[in-house]
Amino acid sequence: MDIQLLTLILFTGAICAGLLGSLTGLGGGVIIIPLLTLGLGFDMRFAVGSALVTSIATSSGAATAYLREKVTNIRIGMFLEIGTTVGAVVGALVAMYLPVNVIMLIYGIVLVFSAVMTVRKKNTDGNTSPADPLAVRMKLNGSFPAKQGTKNYNVHNVAGGFSLMWIAGVLSGILGIGSGALKVLAMDTVMKIPFKVSTTTSNFMVGVTAAASAVIYLQRGYIDPVLAMPIVPGVLLGSFIGSKILMKVNTKILRIIFAILLAFLAMQMIYRSLS
Amino acid sequence: MTTETLIGKSLRAGVIAAMTLTVVGGVIYLFQHHGITIAIAQNSNAAFTGTATYLRELSTIIPRIAQFDGAAIIQLGVIVLIATPVLRVVMSLISFVIEKDKLYIAISAIVLIVILGNMIFGLH
Repeated sequence: MDIQLLTLILFTGAICAGLLGSLTGLGGGVIIIPLLTLGLGFDMRFAVGSALVTSIATSSGAATAYLREKVTNIRIGMFLEIGTTVGAVVGALVAMYLPVNVIMLIYGIVLVFSAVMTVRKKNTDGNTSPADPLAVRMKLNGSFPAKQGTKNYNVHNVAGGFSLMWIAGVLSGILGIGSGALKVLAMDTVMKIPFKVSTTTSNFMVGVTAAASAVIYLQRGYIDPVLAMPIVPGVLLGSFIGSKILMKVNTKILRIIFAILLAFLAMQMIYRSLS
Repeated sequence: MTTETLIGKSLRAGVIAAMTLTVVGGVIYLFQHHGITIAIAQNSNAAFTGTATYLRELSTIIPRIAQFDGAAIIQLGVIVLIATPVLRVVMSLISFVIEKDKLYIAISAIVLIVILGNMIFGLH
């Protein structure tokens, strides 16, 4: 393929990946992997390397949308990062011994799951029922600015959330994605954190988790500069815009389209891995 | 300036640097490789070779930048990008030190040690 055309296709795909990744907290890797493997026929390993770059760019691009971050709960993010970073290192080492079709199959399953998480019923207000005593001790409960003034929320089931984060880290190391879907599941469904807080905190964590395994992939030659060149600026731009939108508009229709797209890609990926 | 604004500004600087390097490197690369076609392996059973060896380590990337090697400049941009979340952890650690929050100083330090340890030791 002509290099100018390839750059243009990847740049467009990267803007979409950054936009959707930051809006949903899932990280942009879920879009980039199918674009590279199913769409353009690149090796899964180059796709995983590019997905890592995408995940970090989504995270950092979203973070720069605001100079002062009032929604992200850095304490929750940092505490859970212990689980995800250790998991990510384990995952990156395990990935070396996994055949490519097994990685594709795992990825397909994660995509199905991401599709479901995209259209989940959102927990907007946060839960104010008594918090997990551990959450009190760890100072995880917080508040965030909403239209009707500051909203407080209490954090539940800290141990459950933490164990899921470990699995999210392992998957992230294997697939190069930030495993945002599992992170959002852990924070939203298990720990009962309101969605704006879980989405932005997931965005923060996706970058840190991806950085933990990125160097291993760089040294193995999975990160290709020809692919990174359009992906980095595209994703940064997309995620910057995405996080500006997140705080303002209702993204329901966008989420439904995203979920259908993910489900379709998941089937393709699973079919490919089994044939 | 509050620590929050400081974290925001340094993160923004890192992102702008990463973006500039990849775009400048990209323009140079496209100029140097004008009109080439990228061979995409259709045969998935073919051995995976990865990128050129010099693009895998910072120590071999840096010398190529002086020679205006587009690919090396892009790769430096990627490395700066990888460093931005690490910077965010470092800055949060500093803000916990300022707040004298011992529990979170310890937690941020553990996260930082895992990441940096992996970068330095977990490599070959």
